Amino acid sequence: MIHHHLILRVVTKLVVGAIMLFAFYVQFHGDFSPGGGFQAGVIMAVAFIIYGIVFGLKTVKEVLPPWFVHKLVAAGVLIYAGTGVYAMMMGFDFLDYDALQPNYPVGGQHWGLLLVEFGVGVTVTGVMIAIYYAFAGRVPRIKDEWW
Amino acid sequence: MIENIIYLILFAMLFATAIAIVRIDQLFPVVILSGVFSLLSALLFVTLDAVDVAFTEAAVGAGISTVLMLGTIALTRPVDRKPERRSFLPLMIVTIVGLTLIYGTLDMPSFGDINAPAQAYLYPEFFAQSPKDIDVPNVVTAILASYRGFDTLGEVVVVFTAGIGVLLLLSGLSLRKDDGGEE
Repeated sequence: MIHHHLILRVVTKLVVGAIMLFAFYVQFHGDFSPGGGFQAGVIMAVAFIIYGIVFGLKTVKEVLPPWFVHKLVAAGVLIYAGTGVYAMMMGFDFLDYDALQPNYPVGGQHWGLLLVEFGVGVTVTGVMIAIYYAFAGRVPRIKDEWW
Repeated sequence: MIENIIYLILFAMLFATAIAIVRIDQLFPVVILSGVFSLLSALLFVTLDAVDVAFTEAAVGAGISTVLMLGTIALTRPVDRKPERRSFLPLMIVTIVGLTLIYGTLDMPSFGDINAPAQAYLYPEFFAQSPKDIDVPNVVTAILASYRGFDTLGEVVVVFTAGIGVLLLLSGLSLRKDDGGEE
């Protein structure tokens, strides 16, 4: 484990929670203010990345294991596409969110936006963290023997 | 008036950052400066009232890509290697491509043109319909996730594919390292 400066470690621990909270705000308040799944996903990933930078890759991998990150990458797309498939099964068009609450379409649209943006956020979080793990976990040089 | 001054200052700073990025040999400052470049363009997007885009630019451009570039520097060398001989071919290609791009912008409608195709079709309908259909204050989200839901699904799949690609390329190597490295 890397031992960075004490102030850096304490401040990181304080800030990580706030970053995650802000990510959730951007995620679920995206209908009302700037933001949405893409931005929230990146911010959520940043919380883990900053933790990894300060406390080391091994520590952050214990908090959020790579296999779980890989599941997140696929889960988001499934949530998004699943919303569309559900609409089809209810007899509406693909991704027509009216299907989620047929007697009150506006409410259905709200549910649709929420679900779809959540799917986007999950995938973006997963991909960003997975890319960070892949980059940070690499050994410095590619040796000839590996090929 | 005041907006024009802000545009001028921001563009001047963008230009200065770009020149600095080209001039500096040390790659660490270059990465930090590219983060600065992203933040400056995010400010420009805010002045243009495109807050959603600015948000993305600040989070992805200044945040994630800076971290990834720093990770890349850690894997390679921190100093830019000078080419042994100067060749004018790259400069020529850059000039020609730049001139072509500028030529391409001549056909574009001028900034804030109310008759621009982007303003004239579809978007007035979206703005008129969205309070009735979807009724969320942020019309950008309504357009992105509902009217253009299929496009956004495509974007998510692109992000997904990019992630899978990076995993396939980079994690495979680290797996071999875990096996003991020498085969």
